[in-house]
Amino acid sequence: MKIVFEHLTKRFPNRNKKIHEDVIAVDDFDFTVPDGKLVGLLGPSGCGKSTALNLISGLLMPTSGKLYFGDDDVTKLPPEHRGVGLVFQSYALYPHLTVQKNIMFPLENLRGADRLTKAEMEERALAAAKLVQIEELMSRKPSELSGGQQQRVAIARALVKMPKVLLLDEPLSNLDARLRLQTREEIRRIQKQTKITTIFVTHDQEEAMSICDMIVVMKNGRIHQIGKPQEVYDTPSNLFVAKFLGTPPINVFHGTVKGGRLYLGDDAVLETKNVPDQDVYVGIRPEGFLPKEDGPMHCVHERTEVMGRDVSILASHPAALTDTIRAIIDAESRTATDCTTVNFALRPTKVHLFHKDTEERICF
Amino acid sequence: MEKKGFKAWLYLLPAFLFLGVFMIYPLIDVFIYSFEEGYNFASQTFLGVGTYNYSYVLHDPYFLQALKNTFILVVITVPLSTGLALLISVMLSSIKPLRELYQTVFFLPYVTNTLAVGLVFMILFKKTAYSEGMINLLLHLFGAPSVDFIDGPYWAKMFVLCFYTVWVVMPFKILILTSALASVNPVYYNAARVDGTSRFRIFYKITLPMISPMLFYLIITGFIGAFKAYNDAVALFGVNLNAAQMNTLVGYIYDMLYGNSGGYPSYASAAAILLFTVVLTITCINLLVSRKHVHY
Repeated sequence: MKIVFEHLTKRFPNRNKKIHEDVIAVDDFDFTVPDGKLVGLLGPSGCGKSTALNLISGLLMPTSGKLYFGDDDVTKLPPEHRGVGLVFQSYALYPHLTVQKNIMFPLENLRGADRLTKAEMEERALAAAKLVQIEELMSRKPSELSGGQQQRVAIARALVKMPKVLLLDEPLSNLDARLRLQTREEIRRIQKQTKITTIFVTHDQEEAMSICDMIVVMKNGRIHQIGKPQEVYDTPSNLFVAKFLGTPPINVFHGTVKGGRLYLGDDAVLETKNVPDQDVYVGIRPEGFLPKEDGPMHCVHERTEVMGRDVSILASHPAALTDTIRAIIDAESRTATDCTTVNFALRPTKVHLFHKDTEERICF
Repeated sequence: MEKKGFKAWLYLLPAFLFLGVFMIYPLIDVFIYSFEEGYNFASQTFLGVGTYNYSYVLHDPYFLQALKNTFILVVITVPLSTGLALLISVMLSSIKPLRELYQTVFFLPYVTNTLAVGLVFMILFKKTAYSEGMINLLLHLFGAPSVDFIDGPYWAKMFVLCFYTVWVVMPFKILILTSALASVNPVYYNAARVDGTSRFRIFYKITLPMISPMLFYLIITGFIGAFKAYNDAVALFGVNLNAAQMNTLVGYIYDMLYGNSGGYPSYASAAAILLFTVVLTITCINLLVSRKHVHY
């Protein structure tokens, strides 16, 4: 089931009554989520991700615009008739019901022709429980489960009614680091197995990048970029997207393009043909630095962090926006760590230029 | 370790002392009185020991009347007041505008002086030489004959007593239940709505279990309170409750001690022990039932 957003907008009246301007939580969403894909809604907290999710579930009604599931207009449909599965950030498992009763709850709501017998319900609940591997916990109460187990029960409860759309609201934020890694693989597996169109809200870009077919990067209610995770990472449409994606984050510099060359301070670091002369922001991914003795970029070496798989060089450069910049290099190509200066050459594909005013990307 | 234990006991001593002197000792004393026949406060003497007091009380028509009245009162007012309070609280929490106004209005009886309340009920129900009472005027509108609610037939007086009790105990229950309802995390309602749950089922399957501890508390205290009813009856029907056929168990005990027929501490003690037994039994049944239906 594909989901089509058509200029979907949600405004809230401002909490501060003196300000009459509305808060726009979701601003003119206009895109299509293809059938059977896992899509990540990604953005810093407070950017309207959860509002967008609640608009899809029907818990909130949009101010304007339309929403379609497949060809059906569901804009005005109340949540109980939309057939979506929603996993809440806090899981919202009913504390007085056992795991089995929790999972069966949506099935017991079915009326009329869809009504199932008790045996059928139990069978479906067990199948859903097996999918998330909690079948041996069926008789427990939610308070007797760990966070990860509760998470699985919540997913099973959302899946048991075979929803057209599965919505996950920050599903991993309450789990510890190791469990988070494991659970996100699990979500990916379940999504692949069930082929349900899934929208996944997160503020953690790594989470979104690792499992999503497509990510939607938002800020202040506006969509900044939509695309495959790698595409968005490689060709960020503006400075915000570039800064938001990637850990460690991208290094940003003040730069100048002059005569087909990019200058960082006094260093002419890169050939930039076809770019008119102007001041720019320069984003360089940590993996875009190549340590080279005669490299064009001269930095003051501060510290080297050895992290097993690779090595980070922390350095400073007068044109950088931050005090230190971080370069990640292979452990093998590591140079002497005791010198006071370090020179880099740059990989052109890891360097991005942005307009000084609009912060939009400049292609070169 | 031993020293610590000693200290703990020392700290507990004031409470123990007060409980012992004002609770435990009187309880034991009442229990003893109830078996001493013809006990006299003034001379501190009694005629003999036995179960005669119980047999007298149990054969006393006034006691049986009081027992019947109390039971009717309990059986009618506890479910009715709790149910109504639940209904009103649910409605209160589902409206937005004017909610605070309504909450205040519903809470007013709780802070109103009993005498003022009595006066209001007088205006509503009392039939005097000059007026018929508001309710009778309403009855006339529908062509029904007037009824004397205060000095009239038994059922009319019982109706007034139940009405009064329900009206007096409701504000507190509404207060407790509205706060219990407000403390239910709305995320459960959202989850249920997304899963296509009907409003009735949300209430029955989610709201009720979530507020069940509070509801149970109200039912238990409601039962105990109704069994101990006395002053409401006095406020409505005056001190001679036996004559009005409106006595309650506590009223009977009071009358045996101090009333016109007073001066019988032995009978009063026996009746008190019987009341205690009844309340204890009902509370135990309540607790047993609650194990299955209350979710903490």
